[in-house]
Amino acid sequence: MSAQTTGPADQKSSSMATVIWRDFGMVVVLVAIFAICSISVDRFLSIPNMKALTLAVSMTGMVACTMMFCLASANFDMSCGAVVACSGVVAAQVINLAAPSLGGTLGLIIGIVAALCVGLLIGFVNGVTIAYIKINALITTLATMQIARGFGYIIGDGRAVGVSVEEFFYIGTQSWFGIPIPVYITVACFIVFGILVSKTAFGRNTLAIGGNEEAANLAGIRVSRHKLNLFLMHGLMSAFAGVVLASRMTSGQPTTSQGFELDVISACVLGGISMAGGIGSIWFAISGVLIMGILQNSMNLMNIQTFYQYVARGAILLIAVIFDKYKQKYM
Amino acid sequence: MSSLPADYMEFVHISKQFPGVLALDDIDFGVPEGSVRALVGENGAGKSTLLKILSGAHPPTSGHIRIADKNVVFENTADAIDAGVAVIYQELQLVPELSIAENIYLGHLPAGPLFIDYARLWENAVESMHTVGLGDVSPKVRVGRLSIGQRQMVEIAKALTRNAGIIAFDEPTSSLSSRETDVLFGIIRKLREQRKTIFYVSHRLEEIFEICDSVTVFRDGRHVSTRRGMEGLTRDMIVKDMVGREIVDIYHYQPRPLGEVALKVENVTGPGLNAPVSFEVRKGEIVGCFGLVGAGRTELMRVLFGVAPRASGSVELFGLPVDIKAPADAIQAGIMLCPEDRKKEGVIPVLSIQENTNISARRHHLRMGFLDQRWEYDNVMDKIRALSIKTPSQRQLAKNLSGGNQQKVVLARWLAEKIKVILLDEPTRGIDVGAKSEIYDIIYRLAGEGIAVVSVSSELPEVLGVSDRILVFSEGELVADVPRAEASQEKILSLALPQESKKHFRGGEK
Repeated sequence: MSAQTTGPADQKSSSMATVIWRDFGMVVVLVAIFAICSISVDRFLSIPNMKALTLAVSMTGMVACTMMFCLASANFDMSCGAVVACSGVVAAQVINLAAPSLGGTLGLIIGIVAALCVGLLIGFVNGVTIAYIKINALITTLATMQIARGFGYIIGDGRAVGVSVEEFFYIGTQSWFGIPIPVYITVACFIVFGILVSKTAFGRNTLAIGGNEEAANLAGIRVSRHKLNLFLMHGLMSAFAGVVLASRMTSGQPTTSQGFELDVISACVLGGISMAGGIGSIWFAISGVLIMGILQNSMNLMNIQTFYQYVARGAILLIAVIFDKYKQKYM
Repeated sequence: MSSLPADYMEFVHISKQFPGVLALDDIDFGVPEGSVRALVGENGAGKSTLLKILSGAHPPTSGHIRIADKNVVFENTADAIDAGVAVIYQELQLVPELSIAENIYLGHLPAGPLFIDYARLWENAVESMHTVGLGDVSPKVRVGRLSIGQRQMVEIAKALTRNAGIIAFDEPTSSLSSRETDVLFGIIRKLREQRKTIFYVSHRLEEIFEICDSVTVFRDGRHVSTRRGMEGLTRDMIVKDMVGREIVDIYHYQPRPLGEVALKVENVTGPGLNAPVSFEVRKGEIVGCFGLVGAGRTELMRVLFGVAPRASGSVELFGLPVDIKAPADAIQAGIMLCPEDRKKEGVIPVLSIQENTNISARRHHLRMGFLDQRWEYDNVMDKIRALSIKTPSQRQLAKNLSGGNQQKVVLARWLAEKIKVILLDEPTRGIDVGAKSEIYDIIYRLAGEGIAVVSVSSELPEVLGVSDRILVFSEGELVADVPRAEASQEKILSLALPQESKKHFRGGEK
């Protein structure tokens, strides 16, 4: 980095074209991949497939919104997959317990609130440990991931918990105008968190912390408090995604979403959100999630075996991050 | 050749060019065998760079070293060690987890048929440890358990086992107790008797009079003087050589009317401050803080801005006490800081100039909780113009700017705040002369608007050139408060050098 600061570097990376490429390069790649798949993959552009594709990426999309904030602040979260599972189980159990005595609607509300509290709680533990006790985020969330997973099993007694109140299935299984409700939710998340990251001081401060934590502190940002808020937000979002997933599956399943956190992180990084922090835009998250989703969907349509799909996804991620490294170096 | 002893070791026309800085400019002097040569100069005078060249860590840009009438070239530190040069740095190069003996012989441990021959290792180590006064310590003791002074002895023993003929000490006493210093001096005298050539770098002039027999003074990368023999030499003469640079007036100082007391600091202590600090700064006043590295200036700035915890004492702004626990509190109260290390603590390199500029003040200009894009753009464009930040666009990333422009971006950040006091820590370090005088103009403009300015600098002419008053720091204490009219380079530097009455002076020894 020091080598770049001398000489004519002041003239670099400022033209409109490079700025657009820097900010929207991955969107261009996304459009290209979409076009290629539309032409070359049979049935890709069909309405049932588009429905399946958007539904498939809706979960990753929701959690990627807040994962983006974690990564942009140079943090990390491994626990979100386990939180998805645990909160789904909690929602199911609490609804089943509360509904018989308090009635369906009230039971439903209490169940969902309880599930969201699970997310806030894990987020709180993550946030306090990382921001105030200053333990490495990877280790901290690796620990809370196992704790959350364990509680999911304990509360569900090791099994899927079916939900007795049918209204619970509405958001996960119904469609409006032919589009599944989770897709609307994901789009709403993209809009809300897109505004949050680009149009508010909260979002800008997140990038500043990730870009240079010490400088952010000296610029008057209360860094620890901010990081705690990020993890609370991320825990809440993961728990919410867990409720949606439980609704879709009509039960809370402690075994679900193994490795989900890695899918989310992969998508974000693929989209161009730097693991080193300081760089984040909702367009990066959207393109990353959709590129991953489209490639997976296309491979399914082409009947490529799952084992090969793993290899392909890993290779794509590797190429993307190497590409990103060079993009940052030369822009 | 007849009256003076022949020089055993010579620096021959050595220059060292770093990007943008000529760190050493035609250094040419020699040292005879069996002498202790003091190397003195202000921070940045070139002593450390010369030691790095001597140790092989940096190759010189031009010139060479001669040892015993032979030209030598050190490509790396191993070459220098082979040639019998040992440099003992302030930060000792030891492995705390290993034993004393293993540290001494690291790199050439006595080998047995399969494993290290420990019996021989312990035996050899005892011998060399005895010569440095560690005779009563077991060679098996881990270095981590030794005091700093003892570790330094281990480092010397290491140099001796490598048959070093030239030994350089870089500020060796800065963390030693006076007893340990005595032991060190005893060893240095013994080394001199063994005809070793010794370099001794220190800011403590009293020590130099005690242990050295000749003095070489550096200033701005140049060799100023070499005096052989301490006879008739005084402290003042050395100080004069250290500061005697001609002052070109790039400061354009103008007196300003001063207002009431803006900042009042009373008995403040904190990390790195060894005694309570009290001073006042008035509205529109520029107070310079001078001291050598580690004197406590930066530490004071960090405490006042809430980066480091304040252990005791109080801070008042216009007569009202303020409680600052974090930078955010300081900014809220009207105290701003431009930190010493711009790249690490100032700018956020991956963000644009616009983001870096608006990061703090934007909170006053939100519209229903959202950023006011119009204001953000106007503000950054206004500051780019006002501070003449050289950039093609406000979207330019901070990491692509030059040092001077990065400093301006950090200043720009505060200009949209309501500043009562601004703390500037080394505002012109690493900036070229043109940009420096621009920064001075900004400082005068701020003071002219009634802001109290506290400016830390390691450059004497700068402190004298811009300040209305100068606070002098030495070894973690505020030692003097000198008005502009009474300040001279000699006086300020003399105050900043560690004083003889302190713990390190041992009377009656000579």
